Amino acid sequence: MQFLSLILVNLRRHRLRALIGVAGIGFGVAAMLTILGIVNGAIGMFERILATDSHYLVLEKNVSDLFFSAVRDQDSAAIRALPNVATAQPLLFGIVSSPGFPVITCFGVAADDSRLERAEWIAGGRAEFGRHPGEIFLGSRAAEFLHAHLGDDVPIGATTLRVAGILKTENGFEDGGVFLPLAAAQDFFHRAGVCSVLAVKLRDRSAGDAFKRAVEAAHPGLIALENREFNQSYHSFRVMKMTAWAVGLCAFFLGGLGVANTMLLSVFSRIREIAVLRVCGFSELQVAALIFGEAVSVALAGLALGFALGAAVLATLPHIPLFQGYVQANVGLAVVAGIIVTAIVTAVCGAIYPARFASRIQPAEALRYE
Amino acid sequence: MSEPGEIIVAVRDAWKAYDGGRVPVLQGASLEVRAGEIVALWGASGSGKSTLLHLIGGLDISERGELRVCGFDPRLESDRLELRRRHLGFVFQLHNLIADLTVAENLRVPALAVGQPAAKTTARLQLLAEQVGIAHRLDHRIQDLSGGERQRVAICRALMNAPRLLLADEPTGSLDEVTGELIFSLLKELAVSYGLAVVLATHERRFAEACHRRLRVRDGKVFDS
Ligand SMILES: Nc1ncnc2c1ncn2[C@@H]1O[C@H](COP(=O)(O)OP(=O)(O)OP(=O)(O)O)[C@@H](O)[C@H]1O
Ligand SMILES: [Mg+2]
Repeated sequence: MQFLSLILVNLRRHRLRALIGVAGIGFGVAAMLTILGIVNGAIGMFERILATDSHYLVLEKNVSDLFFSAVRDQDSAAIRALPNVATAQPLLFGIVSSPGFPVITCFGVAADDSRLERAEWIAGGRAEFGRHPGEIFLGSRAAEFLHAHLGDDVPIGATTLRVAGILKTENGFEDGGVFLPLAAAQDFFHRAGVCSVLAVKLRDRSAGDAFKRAVEAAHPGLIALENREFNQSYHSFRVMKMTAWAVGLCAFFLGGLGVANTMLLSVFSRIREIAVLRVCGFSELQVAALIFGEAVSVALAGLALGFALGAAVLATLPHIPLFQGYVQANVGLAVVAGIIVTAIVTAVCGAIYPARFASRIQPAEALRYE
Repeated sequence: MSEPGEIIVAVRDAWKAYDGGRVPVLQGASLEVRAGEIVALWGASGSGKSTLLHLIGGLDISERGELRVCGFDPRLESDRLELRRRHLGFVFQLHNLIADLTVAENLRVPALAVGQPAAKTTARLQLLAEQVGIAHRLDHRIQDLSGGERQRVAICRALMNAPRLLLADEPTGSLDEVTGELIFSLLKELAVSYGLAVVLATHERRFAEACHRRLRVRDGKVFDS
């Protein structure tokens, strides 16, 4: 028999109680996995929108969110004219609404935008893009949830636009969003002469630093960030990630209380047994290790349950129409590792008081205890 | 193994009270036990037999007095742990085995405490189980055993780490007359064959008389009788 079997025997003895502890951690794990998966997935999708066919993003300095960034058309043109610039695609972000769908992401893009080129056109064609006023182009998921077909009139904000094309892209944000020709978007969002961000592809990527310096020198109000640099510094991503971790940690806190409760009951119900272990030569530390071991076992079982549960939820969510295809879960190794560490730390913290209590049981007194 | 005649337990003027002094139990108890001696602690219920055994075994701490057990001071935490691990074994009135574990698993608990290799434990466990007559039940759960069998397992467990002293607190107290007799003989037999010193608390005259020496616990003191 190993130390471990001594730990497991007690969990087996009170299966229901152990299960409650496991469920506590399991729900924490599942909540964290789901939230982080969704947030990271969303961030990933957003990153890929920006990174489409580009190396650098040019945006307004010191804006809290890309939606508020303004890069003037003449600056865009000047940057496009730089010798090292292969392409510079303007992108104007906006939010539009349609009855029943208050938040639909809208992309204002130029007709030669590579997104349009890469997309699979389900109806209509790229050639029509920007040719006629009053037209809108829908991502395929957006077309689905708006129940719109080619030639339909769809209410967008205060006006009605005609569907001139439906395009399928692999990116959930784009596919669940709508596209307007840049000029129409500038008009619609009252942002004449600006875009939110300019996505720049260089001819010689190794000369990126020079490009960055050139842009920032010539246009003091703008900043050029490499994609990776942008992702790390973008405030909104950070807020989203922090929120996700915070919500997840709260879920864990409850799980930790569950473990504390389970472990306390476990200790109280076998005071005599612990006294006997002490009589048999167990040190205070060994008794504490037993309790911590039990808590960690609960955490491990909770992790297994939580990952299974979370994976099931994440696999189901994309099929729910309400999410408009925005859910493309992305669970990286760092998230998995973070969740595992959090679960174990939570369980260990929950076991501190019970372990202290257990290791301080006085054998003589406890043996008189019936 | 102890030297013949070596003093295993020496208690001098031990005092112990409970409830902040309101329940005086031991008031200057002294006793000495030598290697190989089987000594009965005999006295009325509540006289303090268990308390004395607990002090000797380091399960409780005396307020005053000198204690020396197998060369250790049971009043010190570090000595207490070493004592319990390698020098003494306890047998109680209730078997105090872990009910959901098998006999063999229960017997491995003391070895687990000292981190002894499993193979060595297995050999010792087999040998002792043969000697106490439970070798055929090693894989059974404690709850499937009779009272007498449980007490055999408890004795076996107490001897696992080859102690020099056995402290037995009414080991026959919850058994019927015949079984009690059997367990007592077994204890005595094992003690003799291993050269153990035994301190056995009992209030049954027949067992007290079958020991090498009787010590009477009364009024908080220990008398020869
Ligand atoms: N933790 C405690 N708090 C208060 N009183 C205690 C405590 N432990 C023991 N006592 C008291 O100390 C006295 C001696 O108890 P002890 O168990 O040593 O007696 P005993 O001789 O072993 O009796 P028995 O033969 O019934 O087992 C008893 O009066 C008991 O009530
Ligand atoms: Mg007693």
